[in-house]
Amino acid sequence: MSEANNVEMILGAEIFVKALAAEEVEYVFGYPGGVVLHIYDAIFKQDKIQHILVRHEQGAVHAADGYARATGKPGVALVTSGPGATNAITGIATAYMDSIPLVVITGQVHTALIGNDAFQEVDAVGISRPCVKHNFLVKDVNDLATTMKKAFYIATTGRPGPVVVDIPKDVTINKAPFEYPDTIEMRSYKPMVAGDLGQIRQAAEMMLSAKRPILYTGGGVVLGNAAKELTELTRLLGYPITQTLMGLGAYPATDPQFIGMLGMHGTYEANMAMHECDVLVAIGARFDDRITGDLEKFCPYAKIIHLDIDPASISKNVKVDVPIVGPVDIVLQDLIKAIKETGQQPDSDALAAWWGQIDTWRATDCLRYDRNSELIKPQFVLEKLYELTEGNAIVTSDVGQHQMFTAQFYKFDRPRRWICSGGLGTMGFGLPAAMGVQFAFPNDTVVCVSGDASIQMCIQELSTCKQFDLPIKIITLNNRYLGMVRQWQELFYDKRYSHTYVDALPDFVKLADSYGHIGMRIDKPSEVERALKEALAMKDRLVLMDFAIDQGENVYPMVAAGKGQNEMLLSPERELA
Amino acid sequence: MRHTISILLENEAGALSRVAGLFSARGYNIESLTVAPTEDSSISRMTLVTRGSDEIIEQITKQLNKLIEVIKLIDLTEGGHIERELILVKINVASVNQREEIKRLVDIFRGRIIDVSDANYTVEMTGTGEKLDAFIKAIEPPLIVEVVRSGVSGIARGNISLRV
Repeated sequence: MSEANNVEMILGAEIFVKALAAEEVEYVFGYPGGVVLHIYDAIFKQDKIQHILVRHEQGAVHAADGYARATGKPGVALVTSGPGATNAITGIATAYMDSIPLVVITGQVHTALIGNDAFQEVDAVGISRPCVKHNFLVKDVNDLATTMKKAFYIATTGRPGPVVVDIPKDVTINKAPFEYPDTIEMRSYKPMVAGDLGQIRQAAEMMLSAKRPILYTGGGVVLGNAAKELTELTRLLGYPITQTLMGLGAYPATDPQFIGMLGMHGTYEANMAMHECDVLVAIGARFDDRITGDLEKFCPYAKIIHLDIDPASISKNVKVDVPIVGPVDIVLQDLIKAIKETGQQPDSDALAAWWGQIDTWRATDCLRYDRNSELIKPQFVLEKLYELTEGNAIVTSDVGQHQMFTAQFYKFDRPRRWICSGGLGTMGFGLPAAMGVQFAFPNDTVVCVSGDASIQMCIQELSTCKQFDLPIKIITLNNRYLGMVRQWQELFYDKRYSHTYVDALPDFVKLADSYGHIGMRIDKPSEVERALKEALAMKDRLVLMDFAIDQGENVYPMVAAGKGQNEMLLSPERELA
Repeated sequence: MRHTISILLENEAGALSRVAGLFSARGYNIESLTVAPTEDSSISRMTLVTRGSDEIIEQITKQLNKLIEVIKLIDLTEGGHIERELILVKINVASVNQREEIKRLVDIFRGRIIDVSDANYTVEMTGTGEKLDAFIKAIEPPLIVEVVRSGVSGIARGNISLRV
């Protein structure tokens, strides 16, 4: 920006790198190729931005995503045209579903070749359109700086999301002056800056009149940096709070007012309290089908208040009574003020009775598992991990049973410490995401909880971890099955285990070793604690711990797809009263 | 229910495909869609006719508003509004009788014959979709050579306007 008045003409590639520097980008996760050679040359000639060479473009985008989720800053990935762009798509769609701010730059063939089926040509803007917040094709080097500014602005404001910038090779070679705008104004894009005060006052009154209230909060609170406001509101009212998979950590899990995660594998008390509540306050959550179960049976007695930055999230799946659109931190501040201004207190008798009811549900001890088993129970591994890290690790996961066990058993007391692919459910996310997290927080313990199937979907990134000395701790809960699919086959397909047994697993210890890391195999419950301690103590090495767990263990409790929240399966042995 | 939505959007490459892609990705119907630049060439105006329950129409308007290039939109169906459509019809008029009859019909419907050849009349007509349907129905099907319909353009009545 300091050179804004300089008429010096520089290469598009240099403009690109200067734009990243102006956005204070620390890391670019990427993979070079033909059309981005000029950009890579410009990266070579500077030292402000560090480029991290991954082993697959999907890994680049997940790493940028992990960085963004852990820091709150936009993640940046750089890939080449054609297969580079298509490999990045899974990562982009993952970020889109969880509203993660990313700027992904795809190289494109020379503008004169676009549409000619040129070598490594793909319509990156067309392919990514349904899974980005916005995307751009830059056809003129004079538009490059402004487009980069717009990309970062759009990715990080309003409801965040990934933005793709497709840059043809000639645009990186052509010259223009570098003028980077300080701010950007778009007549067609104006994110909300506050909520409607009338609606907020109405919400405050409705909340105070509740007999059986509950707060249901989601990833929006984490993304909107409103954990402090949420905690203040929850404590002010004394109401029970439940959080979605994406919302965990925004309110401390160890606090008694937290009644656990809700949804398909949420706690009995959380789902029952949702079902029985009379006022539901949804904050930064989107009534996803994994939360609501059968919509016909969802919260039958509740008046619903919904706070969200995205008007399209409101009344999409569930009709709400009081909608409030705005940034969650500002709206919560105004809501707290409005509640205080009424001079009223919550109905303490009703609240005491409500907590009494919740405590009887809690007494079900729905997360109970067999502690005397001779086989390693996955829940036990996660309990021990939580104990030994004292809840201070940043934990990423892949997708499946291990993800649900982690959400249930690792108690997150702070936001941005729990990083997983919730919306898209992308297997292979955990390891590259952990790389992004470890770059952002080099001194923190970063743990990737995975399974024997998920870990193999981006296993090549072990090589990146070696190159950049990332001391990630990987836990594979190895049951030799695609566990979550196997669970559904057991429960709903009469135990026909169609293609879920993994017959030829690698020796993960040797695999880790061949990448230059440390591998451990743990077969017995008595070895779990010692192995975790040993691995966690190795501060400067990546350790892959391969836990041979009980192959038949399932995730409970469970609301089967299409069932109501109050129709939970506790376990095959346990019937609900 | 049928809704007519008017949209102002940035006149940029790809904006149209974003709207079309939104409808296909979310399973909404497009009955017709017309688009052209306005008096300000940086802005396009689109008239989109769709069908859906109130909930679906609410989602459609919200999702359209979310598109970065959409500046403003209005659901014309919510108030008094005017819709017009243009058709061009090429009609086979081999005999004198047919020529007479088509000429009369075009006059009744207040259309215009804009091209004449030895075998065909080309008729231009504007009106509501219903009127144009009625005109086409009034012609014996074998005589119709081609029909070109523009899709609906719409504008609100009175003081309500959609502008930047």
